[in-house]
Amino acid sequence: MNAVMQAHQHYAAEFERVESVLAGAASPWLRELRRNALAVFVERGFPTARDEDWKYTRTAAIEKRAFSCVPAAAAPLNAQRLQQVLHTEFAAHRIVIVDGRYRPEWSQLDGLPAGVRVTALAAALSDESSGVRTALGKAVNIQRHPFAALNTAFIDDGVFIALQKGAVLDQPVQIVFVASAAQGGHATHPRVVVAADEHSRATLIERFVALDEAVYFTNAVTEVVLGDHASVELCRLQEESAKAFHISGVFVTQGRASRFTSHAISLGALLARDDIDVQLAAPGVECTLNGLYMAGGRQHADTHSRVDHLQPHGTSHEFYKGVLDGHGRGVFNGKVIVHPDAQKTDARQRNENLLLSDDAEADTKPELEIYADDVKCAHGATVGQLDADSVFYLRSRGMDEAAARSLLTYAFASEIIERVPVPAIRAYLQQAVLARLPGGPAIEEFL
Amino acid sequence: MLSIKNLKVNVDGKAILKGIDLEIQAGEVHAIMGPNGSGKSTLANVLAGREGYEVVDGTVTYQGQNLLELAPELRARSGVFLAFQYPVEIPGVSNVYLLKAAVNAVRKHRGLDELDAMDFLALVREKMKLVKMDEQFLYRAVNEGFSGGEKKRNEILQMALLEPALGILDETDSGLDIDALKIVSDGVNALRSKDRALVLVTHYQRLLDYVVPDRVHVLAHGRIVKSGDRGLALELEQKGYGWIETQAAAL
Repeated sequence: MNAVMQAHQHYAAEFERVESVLAGAASPWLRELRRNALAVFVERGFPTARDEDWKYTRTAAIEKRAFSCVPAAAAPLNAQRLQQVLHTEFAAHRIVIVDGRYRPEWSQLDGLPAGVRVTALAAALSDESSGVRTALGKAVNIQRHPFAALNTAFIDDGVFIALQKGAVLDQPVQIVFVASAAQGGHATHPRVVVAADEHSRATLIERFVALDEAVYFTNAVTEVVLGDHASVELCRLQEESAKAFHISGVFVTQGRASRFTSHAISLGALLARDDIDVQLAAPGVECTLNGLYMAGGRQHADTHSRVDHLQPHGTSHEFYKGVLDGHGRGVFNGKVIVHPDAQKTDARQRNENLLLSDDAEADTKPELEIYADDVKCAHGATVGQLDADSVFYLRSRGMDEAAARSLLTYAFASEIIERVPVPAIRAYLQQAVLARLPGGPAIEEFL
Repeated sequence: MLSIKNLKVNVDGKAILKGIDLEIQAGEVHAIMGPNGSGKSTLANVLAGREGYEVVDGTVTYQGQNLLELAPELRARSGVFLAFQYPVEIPGVSNVYLLKAAVNAVRKHRGLDELDAMDFLALVREKMKLVKMDEQFLYRAVNEGFSGGEKKRNEILQMALLEPALGILDETDSGLDIDALKIVSDGVNALRSKDRALVLVTHYQRLLDYVVPDRVHVLAHGRIVKSGDRGLALELEQKGYGWIETQAAAL
């Protein structure tokens, strides 16, 4: 009891310390939004083992560390390292946030097409004419997600992307959250707000990277509101420090005949929990959620998806894969709710897990709640090991065992990577996956 | 080339091979025939090094070395090739990748330079003609969605590329229609050479109409109960396996 109280008190006290310096602190509407969110968080508290949604993922380690929510002091950056992790080849446009703070000198926002605005969130929050007020928090359910409440309480910097009616972002925009060594002991609550008006189109890349093996806590929220016929494709690459805690929530509300596609790749962090929550709030909506999580060592990677079919003729396709090695643990929970009005829904969900070691673990749970009668719903979940016949087949052709196992693992993961729309990211991910496999270098040369 | 002496193998504690003796010289083609459950495929798999087979007695000497102590990949690199009865489908791995990795693993072992992409492609195109395979099969996932005949042709293609000293074909004729059988047989015949030994494991003698063996052995109840020339295969075709099994049971 005491420990729980203390954890809340810690964040409430942190809030007291920073409230007056958060972006747009003078705006009454923001102050109310933050205070309300803090109250929700304090009331709700950190999740416990009794929370069904947090059954497999313990956040006690985050509570215990009492991360500081005061922004880390700007420390000198290793410019060369930073330049490397930015991967400028991924996208022409780039917005870079280091230790929770927008860094214009590393960002590249020139030449955005007409009708597209990409700004630092802190700037948008301080500018009443930015339009962020109408979008902020609209898609986020802070009652259901305690960490989204915490994020909202501490809303400060991040990214605001506004696509006007019919605006087309012909090149992807890359958002890079960088944690430097200075981030050690600190929490950040980055927020990305995307308002995609009718008939707009964009591909967005969100990356979480670290320059150092620091212990820190990223508590990120991304919210996307799609207008009628809008189309947004979101690629998320989580490569936090191996000692970091990463909790994120992606909240999406879709308008009529809109299309949302996400590719969630989770590779880093000691503990990662990613929620994706999509509301198919209008008829004729398409939603595709793909994901790959890899956890080795003592890593823990948890994905919770929730898809609400609220209106007719909606399609949702989910395909997640997990590769678990060492003492790594993967959790997948896929909730699909087909509400009474959502006739002609087509909802499919697949989750496949590959266990590479005896101590690796995967917990997978599809949850379907169907309240409409004319729907197509399918789900499948598997947990398995590499196929012994396939390993033998490759070895009988001269490949050593480590290479054979790595090749089959790579092939397993490729099925998700191949769906990523940006070729440079696909190539990067292929390397990233190979680098995590013992026989990776041996098979790389033939790919 | 290959000398098998008193080979006894258990699977799940049950004796499957009960003392096999077999001598195979370079340049020879041996057929191993027998009814279902006689141990034919077990013999093929033990030679290739598949797990799950317990050798309880006997020796297998291949080119002067103890074959049984080599890992499967080392056997492959040393020139032992098993054409699978059921070639495995491997989604996500392209056929060309597997072929190239296999060829270069073997070349490296033999002290040869690895082939670059251009040279490899030239080689594979030439070998594909042997089994009348279209180039599109290179870029498909290994065996995925291949018909039975296409899978078997792919096995022969791999053999042609790896140029093994000892090729073991496990029921390569099973499930093939007559046209596919002809193509596969032509491919196998093209690989006959004075430096290479081939072992054809088969239930039916029809493959032997196309690939004529030097020696035929009949396996029953885990033993070679009869050896002879091609005439033995024809005799089996006429009389079936019943009389052999009766003989074997009496042993």
